[in-house]
Amino acid sequence: MSAARDQILGSIRKSLGRGPIEGEAAATLHQRLATPARNLIPARTAGQDTAGLGRQLVAKLGEAACSIDEVTSLDEVPARIAAWLQRENLPARLVQAPALANGLDWTATPTVEVKTGTADGSEDTSVTPVFAAVAETGTLVLLSDAATPTGLNFLPENHIAVVRRSQVVGPLEDVWSRLRAARVEAGGAVGAGMPRTVNLITGPSRTGDIEQRIQMGAHGPRRLHVIVVDD
Amino acid sequence: MQSTSRSFKQNAHHALQDATLQRALGNIKTGFQEKRREVIEALPEFEALRDTGRDIKNHTLAHLDFYLERFEENVVAAGGVVHWCRTPAEARETILAICKRRNARTVTKGKSMVAEEIGLNEFLEANAIEPIETDLGEYIIQLRNEPPSHIIAPAIHVTREQIAEDFRRHHTDLDPNRRLEEPRDFTDEARAKLRDRYFQADVGITGANFLIAETGSTVIVTNEGNGDMTQLLGKAHVVVASLEKVVPTLDDAATILRLLARSATGQEMSVYTTFSTGPRRAADLDGPEEFHVVLIDNGRSAMLGTEFQDMLRCIRCAACMNHCPVYAAVGGHAYGWVYPGPMGAVLTPSLIGVEEAGHLPNASTFCGRCESVCPMRIPLPKMMRHYRTREYERGLTPGTVRAGLSLWSFLATRPALYRFVTGMAARVLGAFGRRAGRFRSLPLAGGWTGVRDMPAPEGKTFHAMWAERRGSGK
Repeated sequence: MSAARDQILGSIRKSLGRGPIEGEAAATLHQRLATPARNLIPARTAGQDTAGLGRQLVAKLGEAACSIDEVTSLDEVPARIAAWLQRENLPARLVQAPALANGLDWTATPTVEVKTGTADGSEDTSVTPVFAAVAETGTLVLLSDAATPTGLNFLPENHIAVVRRSQVVGPLEDVWSRLRAARVEAGGAVGAGMPRTVNLITGPSRTGDIEQRIQMGAHGPRRLHVIVVDD
Repeated sequence: MQSTSRSFKQNAHHALQDATLQRALGNIKTGFQEKRREVIEALPEFEALRDTGRDIKNHTLAHLDFYLERFEENVVAAGGVVHWCRTPAEARETILAICKRRNARTVTKGKSMVAEEIGLNEFLEANAIEPIETDLGEYIIQLRNEPPSHIIAPAIHVTREQIAEDFRRHHTDLDPNRRLEEPRDFTDEARAKLRDRYFQADVGITGANFLIAETGSTVIVTNEGNGDMTQLLGKAHVVVASLEKVVPTLDDAATILRLLARSATGQEMSVYTTFSTGPRRAADLDGPEEFHVVLIDNGRSAMLGTEFQDMLRCIRCAACMNHCPVYAAVGGHAYGWVYPGPMGAVLTPSLIGVEEAGHLPNASTFCGRCESVCPMRIPLPKMMRHYRTREYERGLTPGTVRAGLSLWSFLATRPALYRFVTGMAARVLGAFGRRAGRFRSLPLAGGWTGVRDMPAPEGKTFHAMWAERRGSGK
């Protein structure tokens, strides 16, 4: 290992007045990482059932300047998207995540031009699923994957996210639990096995850099439209 | 970055006379203070979370070597590389080597205070690589060739009219008569200009708000999405981070995230909080091919175990400067280096030395607002006092101040003499100032009366009144 590495670690230990952490002390710290404990979590979402979490999520999404639609089944989603594009005066074309290709049936909405893949910057609107949605703060959680490329979350001016009710959790810590469980299920070791990118997204892109006046659509999407689906 | 912290007094003097700057600084109160207060009132657990956040950071700092080693192991396991750098020079050379290996002509940059600290932009330019700042505020000050004046709102000192001039001067391919009035006009123009640059960039450089030991992830927190475009579209993602950004677990990051955005911009969460772990996976359709973490010490390890260790808990939210009366009066450039405001007044002398930055800890009224709003409960005034002591001990304090302090300590350690002198002063000043109730000028107090009147004392000294009250049993 590099001389700089050794010297930095040595300098830390010298300043702290001790040598490397070994034995029982090291075992305790390893345990802290292997079985992460939750810290204090705000009571805001404690004890809420699915319906309660859904209401809290919708309220928080609204505070974060998202628009929201609620539907009872995935079958309704294409028509609702077509209607939303029309209402917002947006072109009737979009790019959907490969993960949705089998889930959304666009045959009944032939006016909407749909392609599947990632974004190259030319698209106006993307449609993606989410991994989870955090009711505590109205935060969507999206993971990078071959079927859910990250470009869809940032490049188009309009992002439509499809959230299933079973994906709504209370605090952010519930997302970590689900992420760790998914990794263990997939055979990944705890600690490694994170996807390349985990995006926590709370509302559309914005900036306050011009005289502290908030403007939407700084670099990412100007509009974030969330469709909550019963399942 | 070359420091001008030595000339803080002159810098501050110029800032106070600068009408445009004063107008720009007027936005701080509504922009930051009120939003923070409202969002904190909506979270009953906020004070308890501050304690938890402080404890997480204290635990991490006490075991910093352990957690950095685990962080590195997990970065490597995910296919990334950690580059350990002792000094700004080592960090610059490391980044340059990565850029050269990729034959980089342009690099895009998300906002990073550590990149400012190591003077990265000037260095890349000197090596024929064009750095492009993508955060709107950073982009504006890059056009203006200025350093940031605030750690989360780098262009807070600039007005719309000034930005309009800058955009017209630099975006010469656009219609010179286009409208540049509303904030929307500026945002749209910068968005369009920077779009192409993301796709051209060979390397994307971002900072990090956290490093996660558990997973080897780096975390950035932004509102614009520029840091995400930077790392998504660059062929290589280089993360520049200082040692103390590491936290043990995702749960620990979740706790501190609840403090960060609330303290910074008054949001519950910033729009984008992004965890990056390694390069793109084999089947991924997008993302960078390489992932590098440039881990920088630059004086941090030496702060451990000293009276300044608590400063390493800082999460760069800027609440201290947003609530500082001195910052609000003079702005960030007066502080003369990368980090302004109360956190800068402590961190700057720690990183570049008390000889260079000894003035900064004096730029405080010790009103204590910085400590009262600091989400990590950093005792900023106490640490500024430590630096004042050091400055005095090393003989760096000016002669007039030393003489004044000597006179004060002579009096303050002789209570009878002190009461006699202050009693006389109160009577004499009271008698002379009775008619006007104030003094327009006073000998030896020109610094005060030059900009405001001195109220004339009315009646007795505090000591005398206190003695009377106690005597009468009130």
